[in-house]
Parts: sequence; C-alpha cells; structure tokens
Amino acid sequence: MSADVAAEPAKVDPMYQFTIKPLAEWEMAGIDISFTNSAAWMMITTIVLFLFVLGGMKRELVPGRWQMAVESFTGFIDDMLEANIGKEGRKYVPYVFSLFMFILFANLLGLLPLGVVGIHPFTFTSHFTVTGVLALLSFSIVLVVGFWKHGFKFFTLFVPHGTPVAMIVPIALIEFISFMIRPFSLALRLFVAMMAGHVLLEVLSSFVIDGTNAGPLWGGVVGLPSFLLMIGICALEILVAGIQAYVFALLTSLYINDAEHLH
Amino acid sequence: MPQIAQLLETYQSQIFWLLVFFGLTFFVVGRGMVPKVMDTVAQRDKQIADDLAAAEAARAKADEEEEAWRVRENENRANAQALIAQAKTEAAAKSEKKISAAQKRLDTKLAKAEAEIEEAFKSALAEVEDVAVDAAQDIVQRLAGVTVTKPVAKSAVKEAMANG
Repeated sequence: MSADVAAEPAKVDPMYQFTIKPLAEWEMAGIDISFTNSAAWMMITTIVLFLFVLGGMKRELVPGRWQMAVESFTGFIDDMLEANIGKEGRKYVPYVFSLFMFILFANLLGLLPLGVVGIHPFTFTSHFTVTGVLALLSFSIVLVVGFWKHGFKFFTLFVPHGTPVAMIVPIALIEFISFMIRPFSLALRLFVAMMAGHVLLEVLSSFVIDGTNAGPLWGGVVGLPSFLLMIGICALEILVAGIQAYVFALLTSLYINDAEHLH
Repeated sequence: MPQIAQLLETYQSQIFWLLVFFGLTFFVVGRGMVPKVMDTVAQRDKQIADDLAAAEAARAKADEEEEAWRVRENENRANAQALIAQAKTEAAAKSEKKISAAQKRLDTKLAKAEAEIEEAFKSALAEVEDVAVDAAQDIVQRLAGVTVTKPVAKSAVKEAMANG
C-alpha cells in the first residue's frame, strides 16, 4: 500500500492522502529538511494559531467575541492544569496550551474541505513521526521535572504507597512498564484516531463517487446512504479532533502531575 | 501506508519542521502571548472582585446609615410621643383644675344661695311669728278684754306653730 497504487486509474487509495510530497528539497548539515506538504501545514497551523491568539490580545476590559474565545481557551487549559496539578500547574500553561491548540488546529485544519478548491489539506497529526515527537516532548518534560524536583526519589513513583514488601519488585516492574508505555500510547492514540477518521471519510467518499458513477440504482442504494453517513462522520470527526487534542493535553497534565507530586 | 513506507525518507524533515513550528508556537504563542491573555483575564477578575468589594462596602455603609437613621428616627418618634403624652397630661391636669375651680365656685355660690334662702325663710318665719304674736294679743284683748303680755303670747304662738 503506497503511492504507486493510487497511480492506477479508477481506484481510490484511502491512504494516498497521507503521502508526504516535498515542495522544496533542502538539506542542512547532512539532514534532509525538505519543505514538504506536511511542513507547509505545520506552518499554516502555526500561522492560524498565531493569528487566532493575536485576535485575543486586545486586552480590553470588556472582551469582544474573539478575545472571549481566546480567553476561554487559555482559561480552559488553566483550569485543567489547576484541577490536575494544582497551583504548580500554572507554569505549564504555555506548554500545554501550545500543545493543545497546535494539535487542535492541526486536526481541524486537516478536516477543512479545501479539496474542492484544489488545495489538499494534510493532517500531519496522522503521522506517528509527528505525534511521536510531541509525545516524547511531553514525556521528556515529565522526566526532567521529575528528576529535577525529586532526584532519585522520583523512582518511588513506581512503588505506590502501601505496597507489601514482597510485592515491591513485581509492582515496580509493572509500574515501570506502564510508565514507559506512556509516550507510545500518547503518540499512537492521536495518530490512529486521526488516520482512521480520514481513511473512513475517504472510503465513504469513494463509495459515493463509484456508486453514483455506476448508475442511479447503485447511486441510490450505495451512494446516497454513504453520503448521509459521511455527513454524520464529518461531524464526528470534528468532535474527535477536539477530543484527541484534549486527551493529549489532559494526559500530559496528568503525567506532569505525577512528576510534580509523585503519588 | 505512507507513514511507514515513507518513514526513512521523511522522518528527518518531519521532525525538523515540527520542532521549528511547534517551537515557534511554544515560544511566540505559548510563552509570549498566552501569559498576556491570562494577565488580562486576571486583571479583569481582580477589577471585578474589587468593584464587587467596593459595592459590598458601599452597601454595608448604606445599611449602617439606614440603621443609624432608623435609630434616630425612632428616638425622635419616641421624643415626639413623650412630648405629646406630656402635653396631653398637662392639658388634662389644667382642664381638671379649671373644672374643679369652676365646681368650687359653683359650690360656694350654691351654698351662699342656699344660706340666703334659709335666712330669708327664717326672717320671714320670725316676721310671721311677730305678726302672729301681735295678732294674738290683739285678738285676746278684743275678745276677752284681757291684756296678755308679749312673752306669754309669744310662747303660745310658738306652741301653736310648732304643732301646726
């Protein structure tokens, strides 16, 4: 399953949308830094997010709608960190806000139906290279904060309070494995959710197109129901875009809480 | 699956550009702009809290003043009530005095009048006695030709009048 398949006529490859295409081939110090469609959408996400937050910087006493929207997002992240970490959570607001909004905007921008005007949105959160880097960032923050604050006492994270002496070793092993799995589960959850949604939409849209092309009968039996289902799935995908960004930010804040307070 | 098929040829640029753009997002938006937005919110919350506190204080003061006013008002009312009551009792006492004085005057007048009547009655009675004594002497003189002395006649008259 690769880009070659899509080259064959009259076949829709639902995976083709995830293909990375270089727009400019660059190299720096032996590292390939080609500016790809993926990088382009990261840039668009950054710019849109920048403009969005910029609109909320009017600092008016009585906020307008835009300022209100931006403030409700910062307030949302602030409340989440306050609830999960406490007062120390405040200093993580910039990171978690950036993380949440970056993923949210990437997910939502990737869903935009810009294909009708010839621009094909690329959802870079459907690539585990990207989600993996974000997950590793969160995980490294947890490690750095944990060891910075508690030193070697951070390892007591793996031994919950009240563990019987005999159980310390197996419990610590299990806790350690579940701890080490965190970045993978973070990265895979987002990547799989985004990819699955996009594949589903692509498959359904191929049903709509192929069914309609096969004549009014198949168009009515397959095309129309698929189209109606697609509308529902589109709404669901918008929901998933928000939920996955939320889950990523929420789990990050929970992991940071572990690092801040151990157990 | 391009994510895996293209992994080796794209991971470097993916990671590089992600770090560039997420870094930009973090430093410009997250570190640069978000604290300002939150500062605005905090400032507004503080101002609202201050305004609320000021309003609360003003209300407490108004309540206090109202209470003081009420106390004063009650005092005034009580004073007025007391004044009225005093005036009433004074007026009542005065009128009573007047009435009793008038009564006294009337009583003395009445008593005087009664005494006068008594006196008049007595003098009239005495006159009647005198006349009766004279008449009795005269009658006895004429009828029996006996001269009766005045004291005798008088005692006879008195006896007759006491019986009559």
